[in-house]
Amino acid sequence: MPTARTLLDKIWDDHVVCSPAGELPLLYIDRHLVHEVTSPQAFEGLRLAGRKVRRPEATFATPDHNVPTSDRRLPIADPISKQQIDTLRANCREFGVRLFDLDDADQGIVHVIGPELGITQPGMTIVCGDSHTATHGALGSLAFGIGTSEVEHVLATQTLRQAKPKSLELRVEGRLPAGVTAKDIVLYLIGKLSTEGGVGHVIEYTGECIRSLGMEQRMTVCNMSIEAGARAGMIAPDAITFDYLRGRDLAPKGAAFDAAVARWEKLPSDPGAAYDRVETFKAADVVPQVTWGTNPAQVTGVDATVPDPGRFADPNDRSSAERALDYMGLAGGTRIVDIPLDRVFIGSCTNSRIEDLRAAAGVVRGYRVAPTVRAMVVPGSGRVKRQAEAEGLDRVFREAGFDWREAGCSMCLGMNPDTLAPQERCASTSNRNFEGRQGKGGRTHLVSPAMAAAAAVTGHFVDVRDWQYK
Amino acid sequence: MQSFTTHTGVVAALNRANVDTDQIIPKQFLKRIERTGFGQFLFCDWRFLADGGLNPEFELNQPAAAGASVLLARRNFGCGSSREHAPWALADYGFRAVIAPTFADIFFNNCFQNGMVPIRLDEADVEELFKRAAAAAAAEAQYRLTVDLKACTVSDDAGFSRSFTVDPFRRQCLLEGLDDIALSLRHTDEVAAWEAAHGLPAVSG
Repeated sequence: MPTARTLLDKIWDDHVVCSPAGELPLLYIDRHLVHEVTSPQAFEGLRLAGRKVRRPEATFATPDHNVPTSDRRLPIADPISKQQIDTLRANCREFGVRLFDLDDADQGIVHVIGPELGITQPGMTIVCGDSHTATHGALGSLAFGIGTSEVEHVLATQTLRQAKPKSLELRVEGRLPAGVTAKDIVLYLIGKLSTEGGVGHVIEYTGECIRSLGMEQRMTVCNMSIEAGARAGMIAPDAITFDYLRGRDLAPKGAAFDAAVARWEKLPSDPGAAYDRVETFKAADVVPQVTWGTNPAQVTGVDATVPDPGRFADPNDRSSAERALDYMGLAGGTRIVDIPLDRVFIGSCTNSRIEDLRAAAGVVRGYRVAPTVRAMVVPGSGRVKRQAEAEGLDRVFREAGFDWREAGCSMCLGMNPDTLAPQERCASTSNRNFEGRQGKGGRTHLVSPAMAAAAAVTGHFVDVRDWQYK
Repeated sequence: MQSFTTHTGVVAALNRANVDTDQIIPKQFLKRIERTGFGQFLFCDWRFLADGGLNPEFELNQPAAAGASVLLARRNFGCGSSREHAPWALADYGFRAVIAPTFADIFFNNCFQNGMVPIRLDEADVEELFKRAAAAAAAEAQYRLTVDLKACTVSDDAGFSRSFTVDPFRRQCLLEGLDDIALSLRHTDEVAAWEAAHGLPAVSG
């Protein structure tokens, strides 16, 4: 074992249960998060094999993907969505798993409620049948998405078969320029790395810019690690992390918390620890970002133009860009600020936390949504919603003409009634602009909450660095 | 789990990079609570026209790809969501192997759980396979490849043969069709010892 170890090395070494000859190592899993879409077949597998959940107390479930974000008192109209949510409820009851159900005040997007309730803690291994599980790495945990067969494996054994991923340090130096947010940093990094630049790696985000981010902004950065192809993303825990966790429902309390902090303080990478790869960027180079294509690496600055596909040297990149522009209904050379919008969506596991809503409300305050735009805000959890209402943010949004919704994944993936119509164009604070992601034929531009809010007011993209705040 | 030793089948050439799991199986079909029946929805938005008819332009609908069981694709296949519904749909449609220069990690792992082999070949080799598939299609023929997991080779009957690498444990599980949960449960004592060493209460039963 090398003397100088990375954050990934330390968590990995601590969780290898055994490495039997000729087999992949078994990694112990501290926390398993479960939602309605990727779990029913896993529970069914357990039932058919007569197996139990090994540690129900380390397993937490909530419905989020399918749930309507309109009035919770109404029945769920889609019978198949209802069946999946009912199935989750029955499985949690049968296997003794704690469920934050639709009528629970703490229900919400699984990657919002994990940190919010203190389920997520530094140094833990955390998995979920969802690719945005890397979000939890913002607290200094190793957190990654898994498939349903692996969900079943973790339920039955509390372990996962895993080869150790490589480490990739993404260092962002300098302070974040005014008007630029965590979302812009991560979109910029994905643009530089490509959608497969991180494959096989766990990213550790480091540098002054990352250290200066608040806890929820760090979650936004780690959340999108998968969009660069990375297995996970993580940020070393520090005083910001510990302050965030202090007093959370399921975090340690009193002397146990102090003892935990003493352990967590040992987690950051040692000086001189070697990463398999290191890439360095300057925060000063980042401007507010807008995606123009159909993957998150097809992104540019708000002050730029939609690229001409002919300018890509790589034939794969060129044909991807041609296909993307055709789908998006855009021509190369169009200024980003000249792109008009039909819809604005503020929400998702990337950007639905209280700091995101404060940033968006700050832009919107005193303005009206453009008459050509339908805009909605979907808080990430019941807690975020109540906090926002206590601060009066819901009134700011409503008075401007936004819909104010109940917690859920909503229009990030359109598995619920919130979807785009064909060819509708949306400024979205979510994480994926894939073809059809928000609804068949829908056209998605990924942006930060502040950029989305400004676009809702003006009806097209604008550079939020020039915004006149009221 | 279904085992895999060797398989010869028709190649479907999907000439696209970054094919994401939202395309492989659009989200409106993720609401089933079974593992089966997803093949009918595979590549739904590309495969079908708005009126529900087959899109004749789409690669899988070409005569050359009829009955295909080996999928050939470009870089970063299976990126995006962790949904195992993507390999379920591919396997249910009839695919036993996917060949591409690179794959997304979660999709790659998910394939092994479903009797399907993901094979990474060099970009130049993939390019050569696309050429051979196109030549066969131009001659109104089908192009076939043999995947031999014992020998770890991909070959055709016209001189193309390349070896590929695969994790030895995953390979063994596929060759024998092993239940990997049962294999892991053999290490329950070590798991319990780890838990005890980390101060977790004992798990009963």
